[in-house]
Amino acid sequence: MSTEGKTAEQPPRSAILRPGETIGSVTDQISSIVLTRGTPRGWYLALAFSFSLLMLLLLSVTVLFARGIGIWGVNQPVGWGFAIVNFVWWVGIGHAGTLISAILLLLRQEWRTSINRFAEAMTLFAVACAGLFPLLHVGRPWLIYYFFPFPATTGMWPQFRSPLMWDAVAVGTYATVSLMFWYVGLIPDLATLRDRAKHTITRAIYGTLAMGWRGSAIHWERYHQAYVLLAALATPLVISVHTIVSFDFAVSIIPGWHTTVFPPYFVAGAIYSGFAMVLTLSIPLRAIYGLQNLITAKHLDNMAKVMLLSGLIVAYGYLMEHFVAWYGGHDAELFMLLNRMFGPYRMSYWALIACNVAIPQLLWFRRVRANVPLLFVLSIIVNIGMWLERYVIVITSLHRDALPSSWGNYTATFWDWSTYLGTIGLFLTLLFLFVRVLPVISISEMRELVEEHADEPAAKSEGSQT
Amino acid sequence: MPQIFHPSMNTISRLSIFGFVFILILIGFIGWALARSPYQTGQGVVRPQPIPFSHEHHVGDLGIDCRFCHDTVETHASAGMPSTEVCLNCHSVLFRDSPILAQVHESQRNGTPIMWTRVHDLADYVYFHHGVHINAGIGCTSCHGKIDEMPLAYRAETLHMEWCLDCHRNPEQHVRPRDAVFDPHWVNTEAKEIDPELLLKAHDLQSRTQCSYCHR
Repeated sequence: MSTEGKTAEQPPRSAILRPGETIGSVTDQISSIVLTRGTPRGWYLALAFSFSLLMLLLLSVTVLFARGIGIWGVNQPVGWGFAIVNFVWWVGIGHAGTLISAILLLLRQEWRTSINRFAEAMTLFAVACAGLFPLLHVGRPWLIYYFFPFPATTGMWPQFRSPLMWDAVAVGTYATVSLMFWYVGLIPDLATLRDRAKHTITRAIYGTLAMGWRGSAIHWERYHQAYVLLAALATPLVISVHTIVSFDFAVSIIPGWHTTVFPPYFVAGAIYSGFAMVLTLSIPLRAIYGLQNLITAKHLDNMAKVMLLSGLIVAYGYLMEHFVAWYGGHDAELFMLLNRMFGPYRMSYWALIACNVAIPQLLWFRRVRANVPLLFVLSIIVNIGMWLERYVIVITSLHRDALPSSWGNYTATFWDWSTYLGTIGLFLTLLFLFVRVLPVISISEMRELVEEHADEPAAKSEGSQT
Repeated sequence: MPQIFHPSMNTISRLSIFGFVFILILIGFIGWALARSPYQTGQGVVRPQPIPFSHEHHVGDLGIDCRFCHDTVETHASAGMPSTEVCLNCHSVLFRDSPILAQVHESQRNGTPIMWTRVHDLADYVYFHHGVHINAGIGCTSCHGKIDEMPLAYRAETLHMEWCLDCHRNPEQHVRPRDAVFDPHWVNTEAKEIDPELLLKAHDLQSRTQCSYCHR
């Protein structure tokens, strides 16, 4: 690998930081994206594109509220369509943020430092998109508060034995903790921006958000305590949220859903899609803003490895699902399996296997992991594959049950697609606004990293510098 | 470089952090209290009626039985409102020329019923049957309050579902012997030595909380 590393305009493959970076250079580089570089024309174009998709969402939701969920493809026997597919997909994408920020922080994996900020932001925006779908799918969004336990005048509580109720609590907790984690991490950086900003109003805004941060020793000590505490709080959520999302399926007795392997393989799938999305976002981001010295080839390599590992767990989940369906010897399970593989939705099924199991095996090769454009394409393939997985699980289990007279097919309508694309617009709009007004990489943590690596001999890797 | 914020911001920011918590709690409490207040439920609020009919006088002073006017209460879902003729059973003679009763006479002449304002109006998605409750030994005053002390009628209770369920979950607190149902003064005291359990058994009464009993 060393020969390639020398020719490329990048730090050596093992480095998580380009040698020669100082505290000042890191701070300058990251804060300049927000403060001094101005707004690039490309950003306006990208925001305009995302915002028009967001307007499509507004239109879709307006039509939905005016006419009801009959505008979607859902009907008997497939009562769960795109709304649930998209909900699970978005929640899954949100998992990388907490995994990177909480678990990798506690495990002292310092390569997380330059990707945790926007992975957390991505988590928040993905959860916001996910949260829309239950709201839209209930059909009477003004009664959404029925989901939550509160002392109502009805003297009734939600059904605490229902996984849908657990879902509301799990996703709500997840969103709250992720938001707090993200914001606490931002405070020192907001103070940096406050100190560097020139305009009075800009300084007042960052100053208010920085909550009077002065960077004193006491501030730092409390900050670290709060950060580690929140990390410990967020860690179980990585496992719990998608476990509970999988219970929405696994607790029912529908063939193909009623499986004990669902929780672990949903969690693995969530991490799989989350890392795929982080790659999808970080590869263009580092190229556009020239952050290759901070988000290095080593980061992409590590993320690709996590993707490969979680992808293999997902593949094992598929294998067990199929094995148990055969080994269990239950007619309905076996029929569901064959229907999934060779029925009307076989194309989706085989596309899912190709995207999630077959193609990602390329990640075994170091050459593939080092090829940034190819990695970008692979990450998008995995995103598509994980969406197809939820589509296949939701649709094929419902559309043919044990009573052939009630069989039916599901086809997504225009409004299904427009709502889905609209949430992608919401996600991207929030992301572009975030990139413009907040530091995409944690300045304070990068400075710590520079400080920790200051003693290391830089001579070893000097040859590869440009 | 000048300071961005005035020193007073220290106090304001601290207050706003603590205040945020209290404001959230306060908003929750206001919502909770408002939903149960007479403003929302109409509990204890007198409704204007076309004729100032006094239950206090007719029930409390004169002792007229509930069923004299509300004559379908034992058999029908609706307790029934008295026709003009029921009023005139007495008032064709008593206080005949009182200006208060002018509308009753006019109603008889025109053949148009008196438009009383409904005091106890349940939501349309609730099925309620008076006869079932009467025959299960639930007294009128359990829901309608001390009607014999009301000069003008008002809701004694909130009519919230939690109030319905309070009795549906524990009916023994309101069950009576069948012949005491219309007694506005009846209270199950120790002296009467009536075991609520026996009353429940006598009426074959159980806790009924399935959704479809009321929401059909």
